[in-house]
Amino acid sequence: MIPAQFDYIAPGSVEEAISALAEHGDDAKVLAGGQSLLPILRMRLNAPGFVIDLGRIGELQGITEEGDTLVIGAMTTYAAVLASEAVGTHAALLSKAIQTVADPQIRHRGTIGGALVHADPAGDVGAPALALGAEFVIAGPGGSTRTVAGDDFFEDLFTTAVGEGELLTQIRVPKHTGWGAHYEKFVRVSHQWSIVGIAATVRSEGGSIAEARVGLTNMGSTPLRARAVEDALVGQPATDEAVRAAVASVAEGTNPPSDLNGDSDYRKHLATVLTRRAVLAAAGA
Amino acid sequence: MTITDDRTDTAAPELEIGKARRRKEDQRLITGRTRWTDNIQLPGMLHLAMVRSPFAHATITAIDTSEAKAAPGVIDVVTGADIKDVQGVNANAWPITPDQVTPTHLPVAVERVACAGEIVAVVVARSAAAARDAAELVDVDYDELPAVLDLKEAAADTVLAHPDLGTNKSAFWKLDSAEAGTGGDVDAAIAKARADGVVIEREFRQQRLIPAFMEPRSVVVDPTGEQMVVWSATQIPHILRFLISATMGIPESKVRVIAPDVGGGFGGKLQTTPEEFATIAVARRLGKPCKYTETRSESLLSGHHGRDQWQKLTLSAEKDGTVTGFKVELLADMGAYVAIVGGGVPVLGAWMFNSIYKFPAYQFNCQTVLTNKTWVDAYRGAGRPEATFGIERMMDELAAELGRDPLEVREQNWITHEEFPFTTVAGMTYDSGNYEAATARAKELFGYDELRAEQQRRRESNDPVQLGIGVSTFTEMCGLAPSRILGQLSYGAGGWEHASIRMLATGKVEVVTGVSPHGQGHETAWSQIVADRLGVPFEDVEVLHGDTQTSPRGLDTYGSRSLVVGAEAVVRAADKVIDKAKVFAAHLLEASEDDLEFKAGRFGVKGTDKGIGIAEIALATFTAHNLPDGAEPSIDADATFDPDNFSFPHGTHLCAMEVDTETGATTMRKYVCVDDIGTIINPLIVEGQVHGGLVQGIAQALWEGAEYDEQGTLVTGSFVDYTLPTAADTISFITDHTTSPSTTNTLGTKGVGEAGTIASTPAVVNAIIDAVRPLGVDDIVMPCTPERVWKAIQAGQAVSHEGERAAAPHFDEATPNQDPGAGSPSTTTEGSDQ
Ligand SMILES: Cc1cc2nc3c(=O)[nH]c(=O)nc-3n(C[C@H](O)[C@H](O)[C@H](O)COP(=O)(O)OP(=O)(O)OC[C@H]3O[C@@H](n4cnc5c(N)ncnc54)[C@H](O)[C@@H]3O)c2cc1C
Repeated sequence: MIPAQFDYIAPGSVEEAISALAEHGDDAKVLAGGQSLLPILRMRLNAPGFVIDLGRIGELQGITEEGDTLVIGAMTTYAAVLASEAVGTHAALLSKAIQTVADPQIRHRGTIGGALVHADPAGDVGAPALALGAEFVIAGPGGSTRTVAGDDFFEDLFTTAVGEGELLTQIRVPKHTGWGAHYEKFVRVSHQWSIVGIAATVRSEGGSIAEARVGLTNMGSTPLRARAVEDALVGQPATDEAVRAAVASVAEGTNPPSDLNGDSDYRKHLATVLTRRAVLAAAGA
Repeated sequence: MTITDDRTDTAAPELEIGKARRRKEDQRLITGRTRWTDNIQLPGMLHLAMVRSPFAHATITAIDTSEAKAAPGVIDVVTGADIKDVQGVNANAWPITPDQVTPTHLPVAVERVACAGEIVAVVVARSAAAARDAAELVDVDYDELPAVLDLKEAAADTVLAHPDLGTNKSAFWKLDSAEAGTGGDVDAAIAKARADGVVIEREFRQQRLIPAFMEPRSVVVDPTGEQMVVWSATQIPHILRFLISATMGIPESKVRVIAPDVGGGFGGKLQTTPEEFATIAVARRLGKPCKYTETRSESLLSGHHGRDQWQKLTLSAEKDGTVTGFKVELLADMGAYVAIVGGGVPVLGAWMFNSIYKFPAYQFNCQTVLTNKTWVDAYRGAGRPEATFGIERMMDELAAELGRDPLEVREQNWITHEEFPFTTVAGMTYDSGNYEAATARAKELFGYDELRAEQQRRRESNDPVQLGIGVSTFTEMCGLAPSRILGQLSYGAGGWEHASIRMLATGKVEVVTGVSPHGQGHETAWSQIVADRLGVPFEDVEVLHGDTQTSPRGLDTYGSRSLVVGAEAVVRAADKVIDKAKVFAAHLLEASEDDLEFKAGRFGVKGTDKGIGIAEIALATFTAHNLPDGAEPSIDADATFDPDNFSFPHGTHLCAMEVDTETGATTMRKYVCVDDIGTIINPLIVEGQVHGGLVQGIAQALWEGAEYDEQGTLVTGSFVDYTLPTAADTISFITDHTTSPSTTNTLGTKGVGEAGTIASTPAVVNAIIDAVRPLGVDDIVMPCTPERVWKAIQAGQAVSHEGERAAAPHFDEATPNQDPGAGSPSTTTEGSDQ
């Protein structure tokens, strides 16, 4: 389908992009990989007068290490994240989750920043980012930047802390070197968004779980972190029985959607089964 | 001209038939660098966008086009009222009964819309983008009317899809073996079985599906010449031409229809569409070439849908498993209008529900019903997948009830190979087949006994992943169709096919076929056939199709008819070419015709090394310098073939499914099919048809379903929600063939286009049920989503935990098993309180 007409702006720096945003206000939309935005424009669910393409801003791309932190530029593509040895080593959960996103074509276009700002509750990057305790760097007018923690970043369906006139520039992921990781994505056909997804990463010590992080995809209007389960897992042996008991309450307090792929209660049931499987796989059991 | 025998030493060329050739059309089709309709650009061409109703049922009270007309680039905005006398009508070509209720289907609605997506106005602009932009500016006022969406509610006539018609019931069609004299009285058989046998009663839902062909529909109309030219992404250029002429009042001789390369159809392009008629009406009104190409969302919403039936089935048997009767009661959703063969599609099931079995008594009842949803028509298999699903599910249920192997119960009831030709209880005569051979080979390839043993182990160990084995032994009627039978069924056309062969002066051969390929590879297969028949190189054969100017006669491609009927016409035309050429060969060789034999492209004089190639004869007729006195200088020939019977491919499909009982997720473990499709022209093409067909059938079992909300809005309106599978979702299939050549055509072919789709759906569902039957499950509605599978297991377990029988009451006493909120299905055996 054909989008409504818009003007195209391709700034060369974050500063230029921010001023273009300031100039056009809510008549402008930022374009990253376009894998969510273009379908929206083509189906005419949105018709901005200006599209500001971040594709030429070099400073938004790439992955660097700053001490105990991995710094991922917002415009880094899924494919680039997957290709990064640093991510594989220090944030394996992110790699595992991104491997399940769509297909290779989409992973070569779609960006981690675009996915996070788009904040589709069924998207696969939010839960692992949350579980890994990622922080989000947001640039605003006048060269200002602020850093937001995961819990404050995801506000609601398709809504994040990135305000009008702001850009997400970096995702800062604390290193989880040596942690086992697994992303358990439940779908009916392979190219589907998660019906439920469970992101689990575990530090094991002598056959038992020393620390665990668990994020939930599509179990509410935002990605969720299952802190009670994380706590319950500490000190447990990585056995089916122990993990089953520790994760039994994972769906408590969640509010997953009901749709053609399953109703809310079914999703809650799935979350329980899949969390057990994800944790066991992450613990290498 | 000299006659030299330069080929005496060459060995006979390798036969083309049976060769796994790559398709000659693939490069252009796969790269897209070809003549798709949407690739066509004409000078001064205008572009159309459709304004469609968001409501399922509404009166149009006003349409304000002024803002749209004033938008940049807009030439015109046309409403139904503007073209009401010239827009033609979407005709139903197969009234299944004389009193069928058939609502008038105007291409652009004038007063009322009867389903969401119906066109209410057409915007014409200089570019497609301008047309789309302006379409948003057309202001339509609607008065919403109550919509009837549920099939059973529609059959009750409480809310009417078309209030003026007074009923939603379109037609009732019945075949009764006792009345027809082809078998006994089914009610008597059922009554007897209730007393001393087994009666299986089930109600199954055939969900609504969307054909989802790869190339969206597109139409270009050039009204500027003496003949109006219509390019359309259609399966049926010839039928389209006829109906344009018949319904728009344009002389047929003034219309040329071209189906250029067409990207798939699966029956979804076996239609004359509102979009085609609207584009023609607008192009003629403006006197300018016009193009319309639908978006994917429009395609999913407004292209016709398929299937959508309730099937109420009653099977009676002796306690030893011999089936004594089968009664079929269908409710079939037509959607808002009776499409070109809409009513006929479910009726095709009449001859197929009895399948490969020797049932002594049979009755088929079909009630077609109108609703306020997208119209329904042919979709790969058309009526036969529905029937095959019904009977193959029932045979598994019978086997389960008797505690017997499902293949054994089938064998007990099927036609043995010695019994062919066999006239069935539905009155069809099956010419050939060997169900024993196909089944034996399938079992061997499948490792049937080992998988059964594994299934047993998993059951015993309470494995969270259970294994099930599903069977589907199917047959289908292909090669549509003997014209005489179509006439008896009041079908609006014949079923013959036409071909002509032109022998060019340079030795090349043009084959014109009346069928209209849209991805099947006819160009390759027809070339192979003609290469063998005329003894010319494969590369020298050009196959032309889909243009009513080059191919004036034809009835197009659907119903696995192209090879069986269309290629038979080609064969007959080729034989006429040889007959004509023989006269010239005799003349040029100075021999008697009786002394000539035609082999590998040459006429040779028996007992000598003298001979002449067919290409040389073609050249001789071109120069015409030396021909017999009075001879017409041409060896070109035409043939029209009208089959006197259908063909009956069959096969045995075996499927193993793993069911994760914790989540309800299903995984295909193994799929084997052994199909008997008669003679195989190109094994590679056959493999492609089988694989694609299997996936489409498996998709009905597991993934696809068109869903509407209570307002009549299509919820599965994009590929995000209409979950079409990809290669990543399927496994590697094991396929093989047995061959019992058809006796109704020269080559012995049977047709393969629909086989995989027809057979695979019940094989998959049977396998899932087989996996979880010990958990108290004996049916799951399609598509068998993980949620449905898991919930069925929960329900089954709950019942068994209460210590009750898994089976619920008879469906006449309770609600049917597949109705939302209903109990589980019923099985009655002797002694149950009927
Ligand atoms: C067929 C298909 C299948 C898919 N399957 C999956 C799947 O399985 N799992 C999954 O998680 N996702 C899936 N996706 C979505 C995909 O992951 C998208 O790429 C992602 O959601 C958006 O990333 P993008 O770079 O393409 O962003 P865009 O589409 O360009 O932008 C998305 C939104 O974010 C805003 N935005 C982008 N970057 C910034 C920034 N730096 N600062 C502020 N705002 C910004 C844009 O304005 C827009 O509103 C699929 C998409 C398609 C088309």
